[in-house]
Amino acid sequence: MSTLAPPDPAPSAPPTPLLDVERIREEFPILHQQVHGKPLVYLDNAASTQKPRAVIEALDAYYRRDNANVHRGLHELSNRATEAYEGARLRVASLFGIADPAELVWTRGTTEALNLVAWTWGQANLRAGDEVLLSVMEHHSNLVPWQLLAQRTGARLRFLDIDDQGRLDLSALDELLTERTRLVSLAHVSNALGTVNPVRQIAERAHAVGAVMLVDGAQSAPHLPVDIPALGCDFYAFSGHKMCGPTGIGGLWGRRTLLEAMPPFLGGGDMIDVVELEGSTWAALPHKFEAGTPHIAGAVGMGAAADFLAGIGRDAVCAHERALVGYALERLAEVPDLRVWGPRDPAERSGVVSFTLADIHPHDLATILDAEGVAVRAGHHCTQPLMRRLGVSSTARASFYLYNTPAEVDRLADALRHARKLFGY
Amino acid sequence: MSGPPLNALYQELILDHYRHPRNRGALEHPDVEIRMNNPTCGDEIVLHLRVRDGIVEEVRFAGQGCSISQASASMMTQQLRGHPLADADALAARFREMLHGSGEAARDRALGDLRALAGVAKFPVRVRCAMLAWNALEEAERRLPPSETDPALEAGSHTSTVQDTGQTESDA
Repeated sequence: MSTLAPPDPAPSAPPTPLLDVERIREEFPILHQQVHGKPLVYLDNAASTQKPRAVIEALDAYYRRDNANVHRGLHELSNRATEAYEGARLRVASLFGIADPAELVWTRGTTEALNLVAWTWGQANLRAGDEVLLSVMEHHSNLVPWQLLAQRTGARLRFLDIDDQGRLDLSALDELLTERTRLVSLAHVSNALGTVNPVRQIAERAHAVGAVMLVDGAQSAPHLPVDIPALGCDFYAFSGHKMCGPTGIGGLWGRRTLLEAMPPFLGGGDMIDVVELEGSTWAALPHKFEAGTPHIAGAVGMGAAADFLAGIGRDAVCAHERALVGYALERLAEVPDLRVWGPRDPAERSGVVSFTLADIHPHDLATILDAEGVAVRAGHHCTQPLMRRLGVSSTARASFYLYNTPAEVDRLADALRHARKLFGY
Repeated sequence: MSGPPLNALYQELILDHYRHPRNRGALEHPDVEIRMNNPTCGDEIVLHLRVRDGIVEEVRFAGQGCSISQASASMMTQQLRGHPLADADALAARFREMLHGSGEAARDRALGDLRALAGVAKFPVRVRCAMLAWNALEEAERRLPPSETDPALEAGSHTSTVQDTGQTESDA
């Protein structure tokens, strides 16, 4: 097992909150192309973000120069691969303010991180009659693992509702949070509405009744200047590909005491200490939860993504997106018959704007926008219960990132006007 | 390269069927009820059929989805009602050919209003939308009791829920 040194301090963020977006766009080769004869406007960042040159080159360099298996070789390439893999962990830990990198477990992404907690901590700690508190706005990946766990253990799922602006209704928290509550698991930012949830405040309330707090950070890690320990939660899950990193890599942060007490998730190589025919002992954290050959290149790319974001400054990214969302809300309000879902105040949102337009089905909208070169998501956004709660079958969703511009918001608004015309308005 | 032909996709006749669907609703005593959904996009259809002596006596559909899936369902019921169920397979085959870009199929009068959907062929990701109702019809034929093709046997009611495909959802 390699030893993990404390991380280097993060590169300091530039003092100015304004981004040089044109310079940033130069770092993303994929953005410079035409789609259906029009310059690409990529507004599907909540689904997956594009990759900067630094990440693409880190993957390339790893495979060209350093590729080997980690933690086992006594040869030079294996040492380099191990250093690159563990070094990336330090960089990502540093980005998120994690002092002890052994608390950061690599996973395939948020979904695997959530399932890891459900199968290990959940399986070991939940009994019939215990309760798990979720909300109606959760992504399927923060709902289905708990449904499966409830089926296995007899635990009961309870749900926070939302108000008419898609914000959590915290007035029911006292009633829902009881001594039976063992776990509260909530999205930090709603992938479908963009609502930023007060997870820190809820974590305090959860701890007051002895519950563990898990934060689904899939949509906050990329967009907010998240300092994970400062959130006051016990677990935090995130995905690399939604924050400039490669697909197939993400992470779970957990408190050391909880991670140490949890049984392993997958069994296999790399996660063991001593193996006998009849039983085994487990490797130290974080490797206890990293069975098999990991996604080394993915971790390396994730490290490069963390450096990239730290170099730009996440406060600046967040301020840029908030300004862009504010502008988008203004421009979309000018499109007749358009309804925006979620909080009206941009300060309560992250970079996601969900909308519907007259009787035009969101799939039709997405096709029409695509023909104009504008990429958005349309559908239930893996939040079917939320769509039912809102009383819609689906919505169209534009989601922004650090490389999007006000001119692209204008292209979106123009394309929506075109859609109205096509549908006879 | 210019954009795909949106005007050919969103023809007036398609929007008319989308906004004023024919044969929408439910039958009180269907011989077969099929519920089908497309988990990727969330489109749903409920298809009811009543067949007498091999003839589609009544057909209704419900559910929700995009203009293409709803118009396709509406136009399909129009072409089925009052016609022999045995002709449905040929109609479905012809429709599929049209969605795969056959100009000859797109001119086939047997398709009726369905010919307005020929433009879908230029939008491969939307072919699935147009096919949802037809996949439900295919399932309905499979579930219908033998009595529907042989009226000497007694008919019963058959209900079934199916997913369109095993394709998994993506994202977030």
